[in-house]
Amino acid sequence: MIEIENVRKSFGQLEVLKGINLTVQKGEVLTIIGGSGSGKSTLLTCINGLEDIDSGRIVVDGTDVHAKGTDLNKLRRKLGIVFQQFNAFPHLTVLENVMLAPVKVLGQSKAEAEAMAVKQLTHVGLGDKLKVYPSRMSGGQQQRMAIARALAMSPAYMLFDEVTSALDPQLVGEVLDTLRMLASEGMTMICVTHEMKFAREVSDRVAFFHKGVMAEIAPPEELFGAPKDPELKTFLAATH
Amino acid sequence: MFDTALTLADLGFLAQGAVMTLAVTAVSVLAGTILGVVFGVLRNQLGTYWSLPITFLLDIFRSVPLLIQLVLGNALQSILKLGWAPFTTSCVVLSLYTAAYCTEIVRGGISAVPTTTRRAARSLGMTWWQDMRYIVAPLATRVSLPAWIGLTLGVMKDSALVLWLGLIELLRASQILVTRLQEPLFILLICGAIYFIISFPIARLGGYLEKRWSND
Repeated sequence: MIEIENVRKSFGQLEVLKGINLTVQKGEVLTIIGGSGSGKSTLLTCINGLEDIDSGRIVVDGTDVHAKGTDLNKLRRKLGIVFQQFNAFPHLTVLENVMLAPVKVLGQSKAEAEAMAVKQLTHVGLGDKLKVYPSRMSGGQQQRMAIARALAMSPAYMLFDEVTSALDPQLVGEVLDTLRMLASEGMTMICVTHEMKFAREVSDRVAFFHKGVMAEIAPPEELFGAPKDPELKTFLAATH
Repeated sequence: MFDTALTLADLGFLAQGAVMTLAVTAVSVLAGTILGVVFGVLRNQLGTYWSLPITFLLDIFRSVPLLIQLVLGNALQSILKLGWAPFTTSCVVLSLYTAAYCTEIVRGGISAVPTTTRRAARSLGMTWWQDMRYIVAPLATRVSLPAWIGLTLGVMKDSALVLWLGLIELLRASQILVTRLQEPLFILLICGAIYFIISFPIARLGGYLEKRWSND
């Protein structure tokens, strides 16, 4: 379970998270929507410990992410994150990209890591690209490789930060299909997205962020069907 | 008809000079690169403000002509009664000179690795060291290699200045033969050819690695 308690975060004078409270249960798919600068991506990087927080607490399975003495490298093994940019390691083949962390971080044998990497790459439809370098693949394929790379660490939670935003429209579908598949398999996911149709389809709950505040959170049919927050109504009208 | 007084023994003498040039270059480039990597990483980690002392020190080595550094370095070791041989003094000064340039090459290489790529590595649970070792080092090496090859070739040619400390390297050996045989053009032609022969493989190695890595 991920518990977020009154989290505040500023970049200089700009407060991007203004007291966020949120709990994500095991097996839940939470989607976060909102305009640019609403703080949704920052929250994901704070959950992963890539960004510090100014106050509040983020607790993952009983471990306070930002407490002194927390082994963030160890914690990150259970918190897979995929970013907007594909962030492939360009000097490694697709297979090596996925094998690297299991071998170096988890201490798996190469054979063990390769078996897991092949399994995950096949899972996301890249079983035929094992020996290919990322530069030879489309954006959608690179993004699916990034998902397989995170999955190879066998994380308990997956965080997706606008993973389709940098893709050409025709490549968005293949990545969303991969996320749908993961959701249907029961993976606990927090997805920051601008894909409203996707959010409506896969989410257990959808949160709307506005100017650093979680303005509304509800099951998708309720949030999209009968929005209460005026800013959410404006946002949804603009996205239609 | 072409006629020369140059003997096989003279060619052997030039070859000995070439070996000395290679030895000074190899030691200086190796030590300078190790120091350059350490200072380059430090400059990157410490940021502009905290790395100011290192930057200032390295700027001195980059700004002052190498000949002056060699003469001053030799004088300093003498004043401090270190008792260094000319070879040691030459290597120490040339290593620091190489390190000064290599630091900037390394720093530039590390900066060229996208922050987002490094973030992705850390998000997989990699430590700072693992990120440096498996992600930053290979990528930064690819970016830095052409400049490093240029530096190595430059140091090889600049190493001719160690003749001022009394070392008989390739150029000094040629000078001695020119004085004795009075055939400056022919001997300098051979000297230039030897410089080319020892430089060419390094330049080609750089080209080969660049081509190989461009397939990634």
